[in-house]
Amino acid sequence: MMSGKGNISKNKSTGLPRKRFYRARAHSNPLSDSHFPVPLSPQHVDYSIHFPQIFPSSDRSGDARRIEFADIGCGFGGLLISLSTLFPEKLMIGMEIRDKVTEYVKERILGLRTTNPGQYQNVSVVRTNSMKYIPNYFEKSQLSKMFFLFPDPHFKEKNHRRRVISPFLLDEYAYVLGAGGIIYTITDVEELGEWMKTCLENHPLFEAITDEEIESDPVVKLLEAATEEGQKVARNGGQTFQAVFRRISLSA
Amino acid sequence: MEETQMEEECKEEINGTQIEEKESDEIQMEERDSNSQTEVAPALIAVHPFDQSVAVAVGSELRIFNLAKNCSVSIESTEMLHKDAIRAVRFSDKGKLLVSAGDDKLVKIWSTETWQCLCTVNSEKRVSAVAISKDEQYVCFADKFGVVWIVDLVGLAENQPGSNKKAAELFGHYCSIITSLEFSPNGSFIVSADRDFKIRVSVFPRSPLKGVHEIQSFCLGHSEFVSCLTFVHNSDFPQGFLVSGSGDSTVCLWDVTSGLALCTSEVGKEANLSEEAHPAVIDLCATGDGSLVAVAIQRQVSKVPWLQGILLLSCDLSAGKLSTLKVIPVPGETFIPTRLGMALSKNLLWMVTGASNLPGSKATSFARIRILSGFNESDTETRVLEDQEIPGGEKLLEKLQGSVSVQGADFSAAADTLNAAMSSLLRKKQYSNEKREFRKKTRNDKKYNQ
Repeated sequence: MMSGKGNISKNKSTGLPRKRFYRARAHSNPLSDSHFPVPLSPQHVDYSIHFPQIFPSSDRSGDARRIEFADIGCGFGGLLISLSTLFPEKLMIGMEIRDKVTEYVKERILGLRTTNPGQYQNVSVVRTNSMKYIPNYFEKSQLSKMFFLFPDPHFKEKNHRRRVISPFLLDEYAYVLGAGGIIYTITDVEELGEWMKTCLENHPLFEAITDEEIESDPVVKLLEAATEEGQKVARNGGQTFQAVFRRISLSA
Repeated sequence: MEETQMEEECKEEINGTQIEEKESDEIQMEERDSNSQTEVAPALIAVHPFDQSVAVAVGSELRIFNLAKNCSVSIESTEMLHKDAIRAVRFSDKGKLLVSAGDDKLVKIWSTETWQCLCTVNSEKRVSAVAISKDEQYVCFADKFGVVWIVDLVGLAENQPGSNKKAAELFGHYCSIITSLEFSPNGSFIVSADRDFKIRVSVFPRSPLKGVHEIQSFCLGHSEFVSCLTFVHNSDFPQGFLVSGSGDSTVCLWDVTSGLALCTSEVGKEANLSEEAHPAVIDLCATGDGSLVAVAIQRQVSKVPWLQGILLLSCDLSAGKLSTLKVIPVPGETFIPTRLGMALSKNLLWMVTGASNLPGSKATSFARIRILSGFNESDTETRVLEDQEIPGGEKLLEKLQGSVSVQGADFSAAADTLNAAMSSLLRKKQYSNEKREFRKKTRNDKKYNQ
């Protein structure tokens, strides 16, 4: 096991990584050329690396199961960890551009798998730039839930094109989401909340979800409660702004 | 002014690596060098679908020869001309329009009847590709930031030339240079290729001015930038298939509805270009019946001087297969086409090689035209025409090449310069591990290794 002698980056009793050894920059440039490996196509995504217990071999031709939830910009992975036990039958992945943070989440999942045998086998994380490479990971209509929680607000107008929710990028999210799939967004920045809501409202392939449905959806409560950023906002008594929309099909 | 600044910034952003530290002087120098190389522009050619005329673009100059009347066309007003290198030129499928666009951020729509500039569209960024809808109602163009724009040509009257139109945003590739833009044969899809190995197939709606939101598929499989696209189709397959060429030395046949790769042809290997750096596919041109695809491939001339000309692929639409037919050499000077063109009606394949803004050479720009004949019938031999056999003869060569015989131009040096420019524009920069480690040193988020 990795928790050998002298590995101070892990908590001795739980085996979980300690956050302070994974200090990361708050921002990352999504426009730059990336130097991490990117699968050529969704068929090239090796599920056996991400879910070794469920996919023992990298040949997954006989298995119809696919990743269904994607947490875009998963940060330290709080939401994924909660979702993993809430939906033990679904495969889910976090996508994060900051390498240190991805490392942390990776260690966290491995730690949880060791301390809770049989659990957390359905969750993984990958370092990537989801604004560029979403179609390399997921096939058309593959996903049923996408999460965009507390994204970088990019206040300056000049940098608005770096925002992870934008009219053009919504086309790609609509492509990977199946009809009926749900996109969850939340932020503590009012201006960004307004922006994300407007983008979604104006997009012909998304429709707002009714208040009753939001009430009854157990996932919505997790947006704030399970994420590190959400807890931080709650600690400081801040306000959050969420937008939850459904992918609709035009022909229907 | 502000805009060019923005553009520079973005260039840096794209070229820069993940690590946003100040770069060492050495790296900055390298990047400045490569930036100046990208200003070299290849010569382009477009052939009227019904052989009415031929257009050649060399740098900012648009040269047109009227084949039907056997005379050269001159564009009188200097205001109408492009001010910087033309990067895209094409005729509409019905032949009524010609569109030219490029580094001067202007898209010009010409009438092929009168050769008046019907309308000029200002683009915010440099234009890298253009496409015209099948019904000649819309012109779409793509810029170097990955945004595709649309211009509605309704109400464009012959009697009010020179009017300005505004373009509307259609869709976008996230901050990637779009290299090619094509409509599917029946006009239901618009296909765009970029330097991030992607081909996006979008549903072209009935009222496209509201934007294109529905993605039909992504054609993924290339392992380098996608350089060119074309469709092959015939009466049995009116939807046709997409053919793409890439920097990874392959040509791929795709079913655009599903995004599945039907066949991959490793043209670099087929043409016996076993070099370390994969030679990129420069351009593709399909015959009207979809049976043949001509491929122009980059190569390092100094290393393989004996291989010049183009590669011919035969395309079996019912089996979904591409196979190498032959390599057709072009005799004479080192001839590596920068663009290919073909009319629907005839069996001539037009090839042009040339460049503008060549650094450190006596002739800073040149263009050379060669034509391949006997193309469509499999029983007659394909043959490169002599200059005197070319339709339009010396008159055409004088107009399109600038002179009957091209002198003082170093074809192989120009080809190498163009290769370098294409690579620095479209290939991702590779930094050695040491260099990246060196740049990481100043980062303060590396604590736990120490």
